[in-house]
Amino acid sequence: MNIELLANLSYIVSAALFIFGLKMLGSPATARRGNMFSSLGMLIAVVAGLTAEGIVSYEYIAGGMVIGTIIGALAARLVGMTSMPEMVALFNGSGGAASLLVGWATLYGGSIETFTAVTILLAILIGGLTFTGSLIAYAKLAEVMNSAAIVFKGQRLVNSLLLAGIVYAAYMFCLDPQADSQWLYITLGLALLLGVMAVIPIGGADMPVVISLLNSYSGIAACAAGFAINNNILIVAGSLVGASGIILTNIMCKAMNRSLANVLFSGFGAVKQGKAIEGEVKPVSVEDAYYLFEAASNVCFVPGYGMAVAQAQHVVKELGEILEANGCEVSYAIHPVAGRMPGHMNVLLAEADVPYEQLVEMDDINPRIENVDIAVVIGANDVVNPSAREDEDSPIYGMPIINVDQARTVFVLKRSMASGFSGVDNPLFFGENTRMLFGDAKESISGVISEFG
Amino acid sequence: MEIVFLIFILVLSIFLGFELISKVPATLHTPLMSGANAISGITLAGAFLAAGMVDSEMGKYLGTAAVAFATINVVGGYMVTDRMLGMFKSKKAGGK
Repeated sequence: MNIELLANLSYIVSAALFIFGLKMLGSPATARRGNMFSSLGMLIAVVAGLTAEGIVSYEYIAGGMVIGTIIGALAARLVGMTSMPEMVALFNGSGGAASLLVGWATLYGGSIETFTAVTILLAILIGGLTFTGSLIAYAKLAEVMNSAAIVFKGQRLVNSLLLAGIVYAAYMFCLDPQADSQWLYITLGLALLLGVMAVIPIGGADMPVVISLLNSYSGIAACAAGFAINNNILIVAGSLVGASGIILTNIMCKAMNRSLANVLFSGFGAVKQGKAIEGEVKPVSVEDAYYLFEAASNVCFVPGYGMAVAQAQHVVKELGEILEANGCEVSYAIHPVAGRMPGHMNVLLAEADVPYEQLVEMDDINPRIENVDIAVVIGANDVVNPSAREDEDSPIYGMPIINVDQARTVFVLKRSMASGFSGVDNPLFFGENTRMLFGDAKESISGVISEFG
Repeated sequence: MEIVFLIFILVLSIFLGFELISKVPATLHTPLMSGANAISGITLAGAFLAAGMVDSEMGKYLGTAAVAFATINVVGGYMVTDRMLGMFKSKKAGGK
């Protein structure tokens, strides 16, 4: 049988395995096996790829694979769950870089038709901007650089010029597609610059959107590379990834009640300030908190990024178990944009061994929030801010929130009275049924646990 | 005709992707992203062609770098996804 046909048949098998793998990701019970299926699909595609006609020297391939395996395996083993967003940002970037390089290398393969030239260019363009965009996203998440939005006068003009420059350079390149064309280097340079320019105006709180979007771009880049080299499996896999990124982006935007354009082009917050809030903050001591916990029959934890920073997930889980042993119903309500990437809090709580049945979504908890005796807000702020519901002047007005203020009692664990990521005041802290538990979240909860003793 | 055929595949895969992924629960969104990262490492299959070509030194270097980057995605992506999914435990399965 001819080898090319065999390779293509293997691609069909691996595409089926990818699809099956994604389908099994629909439930935590089957997800791990799904990932196995997906990786098996990848193995088949890789082996099939290695048999492709035209490959003569395997030393370079082996060298590249060894380097990649070492870096990838080390990264996957060593990364802490708290820094998962940074890790995914870097993976997005390396996916973009790979597509860029495949597109570029294809130019050295001989004469090129116009359609191929266009797809190569798209791979370089999208791959390039995914690469630098992801590096900036990484730097912001890891706080290597200031995570606030960087906005300057004339930013839109600069970006429009940049875009026009890319289109022109790309057009000139397609007229005469050669590997050593100066237009190629210009396009590449501008694409890399565009990635930087696109991510710097986006503030830290909007990172979940950016990561999802870059995830989608890395898939689209793979798709473009697939067109460039006429390879089905790249197109199928790339568009699955592209679709996944777009769906997540959409969910994130909805959860913040903002349009994608608004996230991408405007720095957050500074525009207008909501009503000043008046009222009294009622602090509570660890002992008093204990008495309330002891008497509660329904407790709901609402975690935010602050929980990750304080590394409080393990003590939270410990408290949850004690409460359960005490006959209390325990759940963990997770807002879609809590944390720095979609699903970030879920992973942290899973790491702390919280069974996934107890992780509930915002839409599930809100209708029954009145039955919750104590809602414990740990390191979350904007996602529980009632101004989003009540104050039309608030910058976050309209954003769906977890209505903890409607629970019987709310404990807010907080270091100090500073406002959240978006810089918006939170009337929840002044609420009638709110008690503030000041101090490090981990220490406060450990304190309550030792009271249970 | 070849092009039309490829676009046909593209369109169908996009629809399929939307169908599949909108069924993934929010709890699994982080593993979904890292798993998607691993899948986008499929560029590896294309990188082989570029890295294994003999006729151009430059093309070979670019291809090798592409192989390395894509392998990071494949190996790192699947491993970290597996690590995460291993943490999701059910109550019944002794998830204490």
